[in-house]
Amino acid sequence: MTLRARADVAPSPLQGLLQTVPKWLLAGVPLALLQPLLGHIATHVARSRPELFARLGAHSDKLFLIDPIDLPFVLLLRPNARRPQLTASRRVPRPRHDAAIAGTFVDLLGMMDGSLDGDALFFSRDLRVSGDTEAVVVLRNALDDLEGNALDSIVAAFGPLSAPLKLVISSLRGMRTEKRDE
Amino acid sequence: MNDNRYVRPELVCPAGTPAALRTAVDAGADAVYCGLQNATNARNFPGLNFAPAELETAIGYAHARHAKVLLAVNTFPRAGEFALWREAVDLGARLGADALIVADLGVADYAAQTYPELRLHLSVQAGASSPEAIRFYCQKFGVKRVVLPRILTVAEIADVHRQIPCEIEAFVFGNIGMMAEGRCSLTNYVCGLSTNMDGVCSPAADVHYEEDAERNLTTKLGPYVIDRFTAEESAGYPTICKGRYLCDARTEAYYAFEEPVTLNLSALLPDLMRAGVTALKIEGRQRSRAYVKAVVSAFRNAVDDIMAGRDASLASLIALTEGHRETEGAYRSKAWR
Amino acid sequence: MNDVAAQITLGPVLFNWQPDHWRDFYFRIADEAPVQTVYLGEVLCSKRAPLFAEHYEAVTERLRAARKTVVFSTLSEVTQNLDRKLVESVAASQNDLVEANDASALPQLAGRPHHIGPFINVYNERSVAVLAESGACNFCLPVEMPAATIGALCRETQSLDATFEVMVFGRMPLALSARCYHARAHARTKDSCRFVCENDPDGLELRTLSGQPFLAVNGIQTLSYDFLNLIDRVEDLRGLGVSRFRLSPHSCDMVRVAQAFCGLLDGTITATEAAEALIGLNLPGPFSTGFYHGKAALSRSLQ
Repeated sequence: MTLRARADVAPSPLQGLLQTVPKWLLAGVPLALLQPLLGHIATHVARSRPELFARLGAHSDKLFLIDPIDLPFVLLLRPNARRPQLTASRRVPRPRHDAAIAGTFVDLLGMMDGSLDGDALFFSRDLRVSGDTEAVVVLRNALDDLEGNALDSIVAAFGPLSAPLKLVISSLRGMRTEKRDE
Repeated sequence: MNDNRYVRPELVCPAGTPAALRTAVDAGADAVYCGLQNATNARNFPGLNFAPAELETAIGYAHARHAKVLLAVNTFPRAGEFALWREAVDLGARLGADALIVADLGVADYAAQTYPELRLHLSVQAGASSPEAIRFYCQKFGVKRVVLPRILTVAEIADVHRQIPCEIEAFVFGNIGMMAEGRCSLTNYVCGLSTNMDGVCSPAADVHYEEDAERNLTTKLGPYVIDRFTAEESAGYPTICKGRYLCDARTEAYYAFEEPVTLNLSALLPDLMRAGVTALKIEGRQRSRAYVKAVVSAFRNAVDDIMAGRDASLASLIALTEGHRETEGAYRSKAWR
Repeated sequence: MNDVAAQITLGPVLFNWQPDHWRDFYFRIADEAPVQTVYLGEVLCSKRAPLFAEHYEAVTERLRAARKTVVFSTLSEVTQNLDRKLVESVAASQNDLVEANDASALPQLAGRPHHIGPFINVYNERSVAVLAESGACNFCLPVEMPAATIGALCRETQSLDATFEVMVFGRMPLALSARCYHARAHARTKDSCRFVCENDPDGLELRTLSGQPFLAVNGIQTLSYDFLNLIDRVEDLRGLGVSRFRLSPHSCDMVRVAQAFCGLLDGTITATEAAEALIGLNLPGPFSTGFYHGKAALSRSLQ
């Protein structure tokens, strides 16, 4: 069983294009434009998936730095049920945080929606963890227990934009599989 | 052909969360084992395990799909704190768990006395490795199945099978603890939390990862360096029994106990089944749904192949293994010792 | 139980000492050490057991002649047939007191008084009751048990006819395995070990990659690097209901160690004097209070 089997996605015709597009696209996006989008995601998850926070316990007040190493920005997450926070920030200077998780955007995505195993990514050195390890483990466990697919739920929250977003995500996953099989 | 030599084994799969339990059942688990969110089970990790209401729902889900749920109450209560374990046993009995997995003499006694109809499995944490020890638990508490420590060869398992009155469950995949289960205080020595009493092994709160500019990774447990990996090396958890150390008998650092490897007995499945193992256990309640899905599916197919008289073509699970290395541990030969 | 007279005991030698040295050690214990009970027997490796066979009788006689109670300890991990035979032969001697270190020995011992060793997991009152029912009368508790739990256990079992023993001196046994780490250190296997463990009378030390002393291996056993020393907690432990205090043998002057602990128990020396008597033993590791406080034992070094 390879990682391709676990990702369980069909190759997309858009792959070639997408391999270059996201970075180019995102590099040009001012963080200020990204902010409302992220805020929307955070509020949506907090409202629709309360079970997540029960598992987080005391760690819901921790500040997680999520570093998609192939994107030009990092994310800061405070998974607090009442005051959820998800913001984008520049990589340098590194914003203050309790724990940091770094990996490619697609690997982080795969962990979040339950298609990739975080431990396996850590063993293969594709995932880097620093700071409060327990907080990271708890967040991982909590996300892993989300009913169905967390990502689908977030994507669904985007209404008419859901369909193209889904396509982008599945294409990104396809890219990862390709890279792995080389 | 119906003259199959094998008894159809039960595939026993891990679930750290309700979602993982559903994943395991959907992937073909015959039974799923899980624990409560406290020290009563040996994977008492933060963010993991089942609240009572979750357990109830999970048992309903599994039973509706003809899968069993085994509740692990397999740690050792401290004196004066027995109530928590009693409640766990009571809960398992009340919610209709198909068996309790127990290790402590007192817990086994309580369960056997209070719920004589409830099936008891002897946890690997009890460390019963000889026919005499296993028979002791069978006679004393009516244990129906023993989970064997990962320290026996297949030949020894066959030998044990002939001398005991209960079923055998054996680990076939997952993290391989190097120390005899239920007899390791290494975590307590370093972290102050006991594997036996608190259900904790290498707690994440004490784990630290330090990576330098060249991507050399140092893994620590508390203040102690457990291993160092170059950028090209696969990493492992900082588990004391899988660390690299220095000693006067060696010129270089070495894995004094075991390397970061994962147990994978897929190639030995027919041998294990012939040896009398009737339940095949997959380790990994602390792992993700992705792991559960991949491993359970692979072993489901393998067991079905063997039962149908086909060669089991077990796909490689290497991507999920620690250090990206597999071992057959103690099972293949005594040379492992 | 508090009304039982307290005593110092000597646990089994955990290491593979030269047989003659082993014999002489026990002869000297018999002649000079004020301990009242001596545990005898190979508890770790059935391959080692025959090495000492020729001396057992003489050692037992000498100890008994010195009015010491001899208790025979069984193997702590039983997997191979050789292991099973060893357990069976030790437990078979009906007239001797036996300490069980694995459930394997229990069926044979049922119905007669016996001891439960520190390698059997007894952490709570109900476990004590289950074993006492079959004749277990003394329990040497797991080394990782903190004082608070020891106290609770003594309290909760007052109605039972059980005494409790706690290890108070020596490297702490932390783990057992089927694999021989001594053999592994020398790139051998357990079957081809050629008894390489005999080179390390107190265990083979492991250091972390940054050079910190960490653990000690002894065959299939892993021990602490530091040495448990609870001499200044003996009175507290007595107050909790512990009546027997176990010294685990090392290559240092064990007679001197026994004198210090016994003197303290008899009231002939003060706790301070007893603690001072243990300074300068030339141990290959620092003293520690181990798991006594229920905190990480390794950070508890007294030095």
